[in-house]
Amino acid sequence: MLTLKCPYCGVDADETDLHAGGEAHLKREGPGASDDAFEDYLFMRENPKGVHFERWRHAYGCGKWFLAARCTTTLQVFGTYPAQTLEPPQDIKDAISAQRPGWSWGNFK
Amino acid sequence: MSNAVSALNGKVAAGEVTIREAGLRGMITLRGDLNDSKIKSVCTGLTGVDFPTVGQANCVGEKGLCWMSPDELLILVPYAEVNDALAQIAKILKKKHHLAENVSDARALITVEGAYAREVLAKLAPVDLHPDSFAPGDFRRTHLGQAAAAFWMRDADTFEVICFRSIAEYVFDLLADGAKAGRVGYFD
Ligand SMILES: [Zn+2]
Repeated sequence: MLTLKCPYCGVDADETDLHAGGEAHLKREGPGASDDAFEDYLFMRENPKGVHFERWRHAYGCGKWFLAARCTTTLQVFGTYPAQTLEPPQDIKDAISAQRPGWSWGNFK
Repeated sequence: MSNAVSALNGKVAAGEVTIREAGLRGMITLRGDLNDSKIKSVCTGLTGVDFPTVGQANCVGEKGLCWMSPDELLILVPYAEVNDALAQIAKILKKKHHLAENVSDARALITVEGAYAREVLAKLAPVDLHPDSFAPGDFRRTHLGQAAAAFWMRDADTFEVICFRSIAEYVFDLLADGAKAGRVGYFD
């Protein structure tokens, strides 16, 4: 069972308290975007075996969206952070690097 | 004026741990900037308790303040005082961006009282209820069985549980069954 710390409540929320929201850090493509960029935004997703970044909602708790970095192979959680950011904060990246040296995900490493 | 009746009209399941539908309680959902001094002062003024920090509930008697989310607070007052409280909020926060709504009749309040009340909640909620992790003052929104609920502790042996009125019977029965099954001794 997955347990993620909600960065707003500070509580360890059980998976049953949460709602999964898919990939994190998607860049929205709107009117004026090229067809390829828009297709990427709508349909193309990372599908890693290892380090992954996801959106989660503390559905039964505060109701807020947050982001989580975890390993899809081992379910190890590297950390969670508020959703109001365009990329993972440095402490999260450092936590991943300590466990998975040389990791990369999309444009992040 | 209609005669307001609470969800289970004071139903009681007596035992070593007693489950009691606590009757009518005034509840106001307040959304806004919880760091705002006016919002803080209207809340503390209405209830006479300190403004809660993250994840906390400060309750005395029928009054209290519960931290629901970074921008939401639950204000508890006696049922008869809700409309006055709303009027005061509207007056004092007139120029502040906020939302205040009377949710008293949308909710039920159930108390769980007795020596192993902690265990009854622990059976139903995915929450660490060890005395070192959850104590009077702590407030948690989660689910009991299949139902959304929130709870806090009035004292070492008493929990107060709120849920939607429409599922009050389900939550009451869950708690009553959990209590009837007896003590596990997990936290002893
Ligand atoms: Zn939360």
